[in-house]
Amino acid sequence: MKIIAIAVNTFREAVRDKILYSLLFFALVMMSLSVILGNLTIGEQIKIIEDFGLGTISLFGVLIAVFVGVGLVYKEIERRTIYTILSKPIPRWVFLLGKYGGLLLTLLVEVSVMAAFFVLLVLYYGVGFDFALLKAIGLIYLELALITAVALFFSAFTTPTLSGLFALGIFVIGHLSSDLKIFGQGAQDPFISGLTSFLYYLLPNLENFNIKGQVVHGIPVPWEFIGWSTLYGLLYITGTLLLTVLVFQRRDFR
Amino acid sequence: MSAIQVENFSKEFRVGFQMRRLMAVKDLSFTVEEGEIFGFIGPNGAGKTTTLKALVGLLSPTRGRLLIFDRDVRQAASRQTLGFLPEEPYFYRYLKGREFLDFCGQFFGLPFPFRRRRIEEMLDLVGMKEAADLPLRKYSKGMLQRIGLAQALINDPNLVILDEPMSGLDPVGRSQIRRIILQLKEQGKTVLFSSHILSDVEMICDRVALIVRGELRQLGALSSFTPGQTRRIEIAADRVDVERMRQAGFPAVERDGALFIQVESEDSRDRAIAEVLAQKGRILSVVPQRESLEEVFAREIR
Repeated sequence: MKIIAIAVNTFREAVRDKILYSLLFFALVMMSLSVILGNLTIGEQIKIIEDFGLGTISLFGVLIAVFVGVGLVYKEIERRTIYTILSKPIPRWVFLLGKYGGLLLTLLVEVSVMAAFFVLLVLYYGVGFDFALLKAIGLIYLELALITAVALFFSAFTTPTLSGLFALGIFVIGHLSSDLKIFGQGAQDPFISGLTSFLYYLLPNLENFNIKGQVVHGIPVPWEFIGWSTLYGLLYITGTLLLTVLVFQRRDFR
Repeated sequence: MSAIQVENFSKEFRVGFQMRRLMAVKDLSFTVEEGEIFGFIGPNGAGKTTTLKALVGLLSPTRGRLLIFDRDVRQAASRQTLGFLPEEPYFYRYLKGREFLDFCGQFFGLPFPFRRRRIEEMLDLVGMKEAADLPLRKYSKGMLQRIGLAQALINDPNLVILDEPMSGLDPVGRSQIRRIILQLKEQGKTVLFSSHILSDVEMICDRVALIVRGELRQLGALSSFTPGQTRRIEIAADRVDVERMRQAGFPAVERDGALFIQVESEDSRDRAIAEVLAQKGRILSVVPQRESLEEVFAREIR
């Protein structure tokens, strides 16, 4: 009940914020541009639209997750609105999870709007509709949920600028982390291979959520892969949120 | 059962890059009994806000223990019957007054019909009915203070903690807040508030704690604040000559055709009266003047 009140309020805050609409607007513009780009290629127009569309959902989703997610807790502390909330009979973890829930709700609406537009484009220009596209969007959403958890973690103890940079950094590294593992396996030095595998397991492997290439090119993605990715995502999110709660629980608000 | 028990509360902050230690509050102990209005005074940076924040769970004590109605403040449940107004409150700018109160009410698990009724009562109490549907970003400082008081009372708390509730308000606003605090006392509630405005404290508080640099200096009813202190006594007289009184060693001023003589002790009072009578003057009044809170304050922080 209290968790829902906070989630709804967070959603309301995000929805009344103008940044969200401008990002959403540009996302839709990007997707429309893919139609023009697709015209320049021969016979591959629908693939360009699909590839571009999924990429846009992922990229703008991350921007929204980071921009909105990062300021979230920090703004509450900075504007001292948190004093009013935490002096009510509400445990701090409820506050954090409520915030996270509100963000997930915001992202769900955002991704749905972008996805709806995307589906319309594909239906209009393509022949039929491949349901694997929805699998790809589902995994993108999971990835966004993970990035949001990471952003929330940083925003529980640093400034928005820093946590924004960290969260974006984790997003980029997360897509390269499988290279890190391969690099480590090839290294002779046990220290380097130890370090790289440590980093590999510490940082999220976001390639687990990236099936855009396969889907666009019609390569089937087994449900088993999606299942494992989902499990991985949920575990990583749970771990990150636990850590965030631990940090937040001990914090003084002065 | 006391409303508030503070036992040997100390709070240490780490400041700056080198994490230098700063003792904000040192070994503070006091209790607030049920049904009283308790004033918390002290200069800026004395540790008032730190103590209040620890009481509502925003800060954890470095040492010591804080209880609200016998419950440790580290339990969220201790805040079920508590209302808190932070200093210079900032609220969600994008919420409307009514939405904000509803939002606050939800944290106490108040059912919707009760909440709706209570919101209207609170808006009436603080005189914010007209502005209830404006977003909070359009509110003036005084309006924010009032809506802040309304949210602090939304759960009909037994204990109300207010951090500088009168700051930023005009005299009318201040007297309204005083009236509300007195009303709360009539309803049997306990009120703890901090203030810089000593006259407000003097007017309504049953007991007062004065803290300076994190330490408790004075505690008790205001009348007990200055035991043993020499009180000033003002004697008003007429039909006497100012110059002759001054020559006799009594500093005197003339105002509205009467003569006012200030003396510091009962002994000099008697001598001044004798001098006036010796001059065939007339005594109009003899008024002992209690040391004002302001004077105690000034003496203590020196």
